[in-house]
Amino acid sequence: MERTLAETIKEITKKHLEENNGLIMGQCLTAVGWVNHTVPDCENIIELPMIDVAGSGIVAGAALVGRRPIFVIRFQDFINLNSSFIVDYAAKTKYLFGYGTPIFIRALSTEGKGAGPTHSAISHSYFMHVPGIKVCSPMTPGEYQEIWDEFMKDDCPMYVSEHRHSFNQTKELEDIILPNADITLYGISASRFNMIEAAKELEKKNIKCNLSHILWLKPLSLDRMIKPLKESKLGLVIDSDFEIAGASQSIAYELMKQTGYRVEALGAEDRPTGTYERYENGTPKVEKIVEKTKNLLKKK
Amino acid sequence: MVLIDEKKFLDIYRKMDYTRKFENQVMSAVDKGEIKCPVYLSIGQEAISSTLSVFYKPDLIFTQHRGHSVYLAYGGDIGKLIDELLGKDSGCNRGRGGSPGIQDLGIGMIGHHGLIGENVPIAVGAALGDPSKKVLCVFGDGAAEEDYVFTAMGFAVTHKLPVFFVCEDNNLSILTKKSERRSWELTDATKAIGMPSANIPDDPFVIAEYVKEFRNNLPAFLNCRTCRHRWHTGTGEDGKPEKDRLEIFREELIKNGLEHKIYRTEQLNGVEVEKLWKEHLQKQ
Ligand SMILES: Cc1ncc(C[n+]2csc(CCOP(=O)(O)OP(=O)(O)O)c2C)c(N)n1
Ligand SMILES: [Mg+2]
Repeated sequence: MERTLAETIKEITKKHLEENNGLIMGQCLTAVGWVNHTVPDCENIIELPMIDVAGSGIVAGAALVGRRPIFVIRFQDFINLNSSFIVDYAAKTKYLFGYGTPIFIRALSTEGKGAGPTHSAISHSYFMHVPGIKVCSPMTPGEYQEIWDEFMKDDCPMYVSEHRHSFNQTKELEDIILPNADITLYGISASRFNMIEAAKELEKKNIKCNLSHILWLKPLSLDRMIKPLKESKLGLVIDSDFEIAGASQSIAYELMKQTGYRVEALGAEDRPTGTYERYENGTPKVEKIVEKTKNLLKKK
Repeated sequence: MVLIDEKKFLDIYRKMDYTRKFENQVMSAVDKGEIKCPVYLSIGQEAISSTLSVFYKPDLIFTQHRGHSVYLAYGGDIGKLIDELLGKDSGCNRGRGGSPGIQDLGIGMIGHHGLIGENVPIAVGAALGDPSKKVLCVFGDGAAEEDYVFTAMGFAVTHKLPVFFVCEDNNLSILTKKSERRSWELTDATKAIGMPSANIPDDPFVIAEYVKEFRNNLPAFLNCRTCRHRWHTGTGEDGKPEKDRLEIFREELIKNGLEHKIYRTEQLNGVEVEKLWKEHLQKQ
């Protein structure tokens, strides 16, 4: 049977805890579903108290002495409290002192079902802004293995923007490059799933979309992303995080700078999220992607 | 035992029973799909805010996510609470806050944004900013561990701010027991910095004694050990609860000869709660 993303995370973690003397640290790891079935039942699990400021400092200390902790932030919103030790310490020690503080930060997000204003954030864009940290958003088992292997290669901390909507994913998500495509859609985080659906809708209207999946946000590798854009000469970067000054705008700018072609951004709206459905924000809905694409094509 | 403050204790019981009946209606609405968002129930913990509200009258109230009992005990607008849970524009937060964010400025209750324990520094800041206001700040045993909680309490001591801190200690942070998280009690720390503090069961008779002693000697801190009956979120349960304070308190009042008054109270509460829910559900 194919492995889900959640099972992959659990296996990677188990191996790390049992074979590398690694650690996993976080709040409420071993209760209520064990973080969506991603935490194994084995040694080297540290339950942190509800300390959202000192917590990441303790994790950083463990990283310094070689435990390569996996730090679980059950909702990305809590990263605001936890970020000082990540941004100001872990991301800087290499530059300042010559040794890194390798923390694997599993920042989970969710949307809908009343997640509301402080339990629905997707915050990878903040960390793209910070020097000294790698940022990625894996949505498939293969991608998760890739980013884990990358984490183990050096001593750089890594911000892993996870999304609960991807935890049952078993298949890899392949890029699609079509001859004479009208537009290239780039997807980040959970918006990749909506992007795929939007492309199907657009195809019914004879609009051909290239699809390009973005795993690494920082460092950003543009090579693979430029090729389809050269074909379609128009692009749209879609993200579940906020659009304004976020990953989508930043990557659109880089693509435009490199190619001279028009690339726009679409992400969460610039407003907080409310609890009930009509106030939700976050991953752009399929219809919204379709509409935005059509509007862009009118201007082409 | 001779009940000196009979009226007051009956009032506490009335509030506890009312809250329980209200929460039972919430459960039924959740189970029928009428409430579509996560709810944080106060069932089992009603005694704390019910007793506090009878003996301590703050100008401002800061709670965290499990706030239905505080809202009801202090007389928050019940219709607006029901509407909020139903996600309507007429709700106390226009459907934007849901169960964890409820507020009623009419009783000085400020909404909680969702981050555990952050209401503590905010409450302390409010007391600093307007020293004419007495403040109540309610949080959980999980929140008690947040870095900014003790620090803010220390600030309240330094500046002699009129904040009554109350921890509804249900021994759980979601489903993780206190013993798995820490080996200390917050009351030991607050005592050490000179704040009147006590670690007590959620027995209304005991709470009442301490509230009367502490309310004119703020800041002060009461850690009340209680028992949450339902899951952290939603209506599920993990077996029979260890204790039911409502039941225990009821028996004690009955032993004091208040049987008839209790029955009457329960009957009136039942009729009122049911009527309100019916009205607000029909409005949908
Ligand atoms: C800053 C922050 N960290 C973690 C959480 C996740 N969380 C929500 S409720 C909760 C448990 C809180 O326990 P406690 O304060 O004892 O309140 P209780 O639910 O028991 O009433 C946790 C960890 C959060 N909302 N905010
Ligand atoms: Mg608790």
